[in-house]
Amino acid sequence: MSVETQESVDLTPLRPVLTRLAPQGRSGLLPTLLEAQTHYGYIPPAVAAEIARSLGVPLADVHGMIEFYALLYNEPVGRTVLRVCTDPACALRGGERVLHAACALAGVEEGGTSADGAITVERSPCLGHCNSGVSVNVSFGRPVRNITFAHVTPETVGDLVDGRGRTTADFWSEDYVGGDLCILTPLCGRGRRTKLFEYEAVGGMQALRKVLSSMTPQQVIETMRRSELLGRGGAAFPTWAKWEGAAKAPGQPKYFVINADESEPGTFKDRVLLEGDPCRVLEGAIIGAYAIGAGRIYIYIRGEYPLAIERVEAALQELREAGYLGERILGSDFSIDVEVRSGAGAYICGEETALFESIEGKRGFPRVKPPFPTTHGLFGKPTAINNVETLAQTPYIINQGPDAFLRLGTADSAGPKLLCVSGDVVRPGLYEIGFGVTLRHLIENLAGGVVGGKLQALLIGGAAGTFATPAQLDTPITFQGLRAAGLTLGSGAIMVFNDKRDLRDILRRLARFFAHESCGKCYPCQLGTQRQYEILDRLAEGQPLPGDVIRLQDVGWTMTDASLCGLGQTAASAVLSAMKHWPDLFTNGSARHA
Amino acid sequence: MPEVTLTIDGRTVTAPEGTTILKAAEAIGIHIPTICYHEACTANAICRMCVVEVEKQRLLQPACVVQVREGMVVHTRSERVERSRRTILEMLDSAVDLSDAPEIQAQMAEYNVNHNRFPGAERRTPPVIDDNPMYVRDYAKCILCWRCVQVCAEDAQYTFALSFDGRGFRTQIGTFFDLPMPETTCVFCGQCVGVCPTGALKPRREWLLEQGKTPDEILQMSRTARRKSRRAQR
Repeated sequence: MSVETQESVDLTPLRPVLTRLAPQGRSGLLPTLLEAQTHYGYIPPAVAAEIARSLGVPLADVHGMIEFYALLYNEPVGRTVLRVCTDPACALRGGERVLHAACALAGVEEGGTSADGAITVERSPCLGHCNSGVSVNVSFGRPVRNITFAHVTPETVGDLVDGRGRTTADFWSEDYVGGDLCILTPLCGRGRRTKLFEYEAVGGMQALRKVLSSMTPQQVIETMRRSELLGRGGAAFPTWAKWEGAAKAPGQPKYFVINADESEPGTFKDRVLLEGDPCRVLEGAIIGAYAIGAGRIYIYIRGEYPLAIERVEAALQELREAGYLGERILGSDFSIDVEVRSGAGAYICGEETALFESIEGKRGFPRVKPPFPTTHGLFGKPTAINNVETLAQTPYIINQGPDAFLRLGTADSAGPKLLCVSGDVVRPGLYEIGFGVTLRHLIENLAGGVVGGKLQALLIGGAAGTFATPAQLDTPITFQGLRAAGLTLGSGAIMVFNDKRDLRDILRRLARFFAHESCGKCYPCQLGTQRQYEILDRLAEGQPLPGDVIRLQDVGWTMTDASLCGLGQTAASAVLSAMKHWPDLFTNGSARHA
Repeated sequence: MPEVTLTIDGRTVTAPEGTTILKAAEAIGIHIPTICYHEACTANAICRMCVVEVEKQRLLQPACVVQVREGMVVHTRSERVERSRRTILEMLDSAVDLSDAPEIQAQMAEYNVNHNRFPGAERRTPPVIDDNPMYVRDYAKCILCWRCVQVCAEDAQYTFALSFDGRGFRTQIGTFFDLPMPETTCVFCGQCVGVCPTGALKPRREWLLEQGKTPDEILQMSRTARRKSRRAQR
């Protein structure tokens, strides 16, 4: 290959990485690229070629991988990369000003690298620290370290370069965790990871012991069925049905996957769970793996959550040493282990089939469904895939029984629920509630009410969600109650906007998010997210064109009706709901809050 | 093969299990438009031009991959379907040079496409890549149907010279670190050129003729190129 002779790159640091990961073949591609990049700062062609050869992946496909994932680079970047979140929650706290300050510091435009090669500044999609923005994800040093900082201001963003100036503690995300219930989160929000022995001390791992000693897989699934637990990732699909489908599907091996690619703007519940109490989630996953007869668990954690990755790794080590993972765990016939996979900057990989593709070493393109993951999942094998919060519910259901779980919710929405409240409230944070309380209770009682003005709007369900008006505050938070009000719970993100905010600017940010995160596979989303962004951009600038309202509707409904996956199908959701509530926002000259 | 009976646009159809809606409709003379679909390629339901309305389904369904089922009621020209198809064509038209895509032009005429539907829209306009003697790549005309990538890989040639640069709207077909085609694994089988529906991939001679070169000039050019390469080898 001519590329290898064009430059001299020392491949020595790559050798041990390849020795360890090459036996995985193509499935080892993303971890290998991520590790290679910690040594080189980017992926030089010679390194990519060597990885391709060692893993048996076509050269073009390796390049396609690097091109797909936002955290991978195929050309040199600054020694420090500052990724500043400017999505709605951080934007309300001055994300744009922090971005400008970072650009001024480096003397570059957004996306550029300073002339001395010291700093690259990027605009980042939501980093999942919405309760403590402005957040900035920083890569620095050799080998490259990655840390997400919170509470960053225009004055302090410079302190993040090379990690110098201040300790990380100054920027640490102190997650506020509260609510009416304390079933999922008793050990979260304490600023540290709960160790296995602490979790055990309050009854942790008892559910797994109970399952392994006295329940058949079918009994576990039956218990889950009676609990009526619905998935907490956004789609609200019955958890038991996924488990039963995978358990009954022919084919071996089977896989259990924890979807921890939390990237929905405004959502940070999974991060809080994994950083604070990872053993609870992992216990739920081991129970699920037992129920479906899986031989391996993968946990795919968002690449921008380095602390969660680190803490899950530490928890896994403890679980292995204590005999909860490995061969014939706890003296049973069941053997299981967990492999951690890091994402690399792609919201779409939270879509279950795109996540599988990513683990398989491919670009995160969603697959056409059917077939569904229960029969044709990871590596084409029967797979159950669940959200982090869903699995955190499982130990309680097993320990206390489905009836106790049902009592925590309403007739159609069982159990506790985590809600991520951000934006213009007194106490942004993570709130654990029982289904059935009203939005008003959440905003006024738990989060302390609206700050900076009167309530203008709520965005429920993140970027893929829908807007609610102050008139809808008494809507009960249940799947059915929200649906009846034309709303959707989605991932459980609730962003609050006071009446001083220009919602057109918020809409532009949501549109930019989708345009940035569309994978580009199907036409409605690939083209529609871009066209939608262009229209909302000029609207936010106060320069809409005649016909933009109809244009937005045609683009929005085409994406909703005809896109291949959930990303495109919900990319216009917030926009269409805003058009319904506030039609005057979309017509010329209505600079309501500018 | 067991058969299923369904209704398409009010007409009863019987088709073998496993048949796609696209094929079942075709069998009774109902034409469903497609862009990315090609008989020789794996259908990936990318372009969504073939979406149809299936009763009791919340979303429109891509006819190229969705299989017929007993009792299914399909509408191939409902209002929702028409809006999606027209909008997809208008968005495509606003992004890509479709001047060499006669099939899509015919569809745009059929769906009354407004050619200025998205004023001020960003277009994809990368420069022409003329890096080998066999074919040129004009990705300003590329609609990302994936056919070339697929025939280069498991759908035909197992050459794996092509993948994708970027993502979303900024996706483009590319090679390893954008190397010129002769430095890739390309074997110049020409299958990608054969399946390209928009002239984004074109035999170099055809392209040179379009540029106004005469056959004699083209012959002269290739002789010169051969002499040069022989001299370089010596």
